[in-house]
Amino acid sequence: MTTVANGVNVQALLDAREVLKTAPEAAQFVWRASSKWQNGVHSTTTVKEFFGLGQEQTHKNEAVFDADHPDVFAAEDNGITPIEYLLVGLASCLTAGVASVAQNRGIQLRSVEATLEGKHDIRGILGADADVRNGFTDIKVTFNIDADASKQDIEALVAQSQKRSAVFDAITNPTDVTVEVA
Amino acid sequence: MANSWRRERWDSFRLLTPNWQSRLPGLGYEGPDPDGYMTMGEVTEFIERFAVLSGAPVRTSTNVTSVRRTDGGYDVTTDHGEIGCRAVVIASGACNQPVVPKFSEAVPSSVRQLTPFGYREPGRLPDGGVLVVGASATGVQLAAELRRSGRPVILSVGEHVRLPRTYRGRDVLWWMDASGVWDQRYDEVDDLTRARRLPSPQLVGTPERATLDLNALTAMGVELVGRWAAVRDGRALFSGGLRNVFSLADLKMRRLLDGFDAWARTSGREAEVGPPESFEPTRVPESARLQLDLNSGEIRTIVWATGFRPDYGWLDVPVVDEKGRLRHDGGVVDSPGLYALGLPMLRRRRSTFINGIEDDARDVIGHLAQDLAVRS
Repeated sequence: MTTVANGVNVQALLDAREVLKTAPEAAQFVWRASSKWQNGVHSTTTVKEFFGLGQEQTHKNEAVFDADHPDVFAAEDNGITPIEYLLVGLASCLTAGVASVAQNRGIQLRSVEATLEGKHDIRGILGADADVRNGFTDIKVTFNIDADASKQDIEALVAQSQKRSAVFDAITNPTDVTVEVA
Repeated sequence: MANSWRRERWDSFRLLTPNWQSRLPGLGYEGPDPDGYMTMGEVTEFIERFAVLSGAPVRTSTNVTSVRRTDGGYDVTTDHGEIGCRAVVIASGACNQPVVPKFSEAVPSSVRQLTPFGYREPGRLPDGGVLVVGASATGVQLAAELRRSGRPVILSVGEHVRLPRTYRGRDVLWWMDASGVWDQRYDEVDDLTRARRLPSPQLVGTPERATLDLNALTAMGVELVGRWAAVRDGRALFSGGLRNVFSLADLKMRRLLDGFDAWARTSGREAEVGPPESFEPTRVPESARLQLDLNSGEIRTIVWATGFRPDYGWLDVPVVDEKGRLRHDGGVVDSPGLYALGLPMLRRRRSTFINGIEDDARDVIGHLAQDLAVRS
């Protein structure tokens, strides 16, 4: 177990799990983002502060994300489309999960690559067909993993990573969303 | 006596364990069909026989309404008076109340809702479609029975435990027993909380010894949907994570069966079993529905097979945790002289099976007897 180095501090996570079992209030996090319209369908969203472990927290650096639409949408393409950010979130969450589970199971990873495809019928957002939904029709994630493990163990890593993924859950299950004008 | 077997089971209910595994101290199965599975009536008779054989001073038709700690022990109040005692063994089981999710309150009143306690047989349900929620033993059995009655059936599937009824020619529970999986102790497993919460396996006891996994249900025409997550505007919303719960169950089943194979090789039991078998992965529906309009009339009944919980409402001793579970260490409850038996993985994986009580009881009663000896 100790010879495996995937760079995940699993012990810290396991310790946190034990502590938070008896201190559920400290487990309540709030993630935040704030956005600003630029021009056209271009906006920038910044992420820096969040709340967790009972107090305000901050990332080392502020991160800024540009979102826009591509040429084919008659836009300037100053950044990726908002729905592509969902793929970014899903890919990074599942990959983090694979690394953490591998570390916990004593599996050395050499490379983990994933390709994601989200099928999207844009007649929904254009209002061209009321029977077509706005969001993804479906999403396919394909992992290519090189590791010291059997195919079965690698499949189990990917399955467990989905089981414990925040973004996988947020996309596959409904979430109550409030949007209001301040 | 045997009250829950008499009153809290549906008509077609049979044990999941083969008859030869139904044994209590001094009482084994002696009938003509050791590989069969007892019906509800047969289980009741079996327990009645044990009552006669053991001669235990059972007070029947007596409800315990409270258990309170006193100086030297416990005060047990019943509807037929009080009993003072130095020690109490709680053996009231883990399945006293069906668990139903909170969002069931948002289901339109035109849809009838039932739990396994209220279900008897398909004929008593309204005509039309049924949504069965939960794919453990109860859910798969009721979905199959309702489908066979000719009704359209949708089964909402979350995490589940897939098992074949037989493996390499032997009942899968023979493997659990013989290979020692059932003897794994509560103080040896990695994650006891998870082991104790494990849902019942997708098994049914039938004379044909048929496997009742999700592929069998799909072949019968049962429609599979993801875990039911919420009700919004009269619509049931199902998780889009169905593929992963299939993968998890397929992988765990294979790992268990691989363990059986390894045990057969190393223990020299290969001659007693057939060749290794592989099973088709759980088939993913072409496109699983993500929502269902509960007002459309497609579904007239919902059967909640979403698990059970114990009821300790009568226990006036502070030994129940915030999740409603008894705090105990292998049946030794966190209050002197108080013990438990018959809970999931109390001391071993077999703890909740009829054949699991003997070893557990010996350990727990050993502790109890020693405690009484020290205190006297």
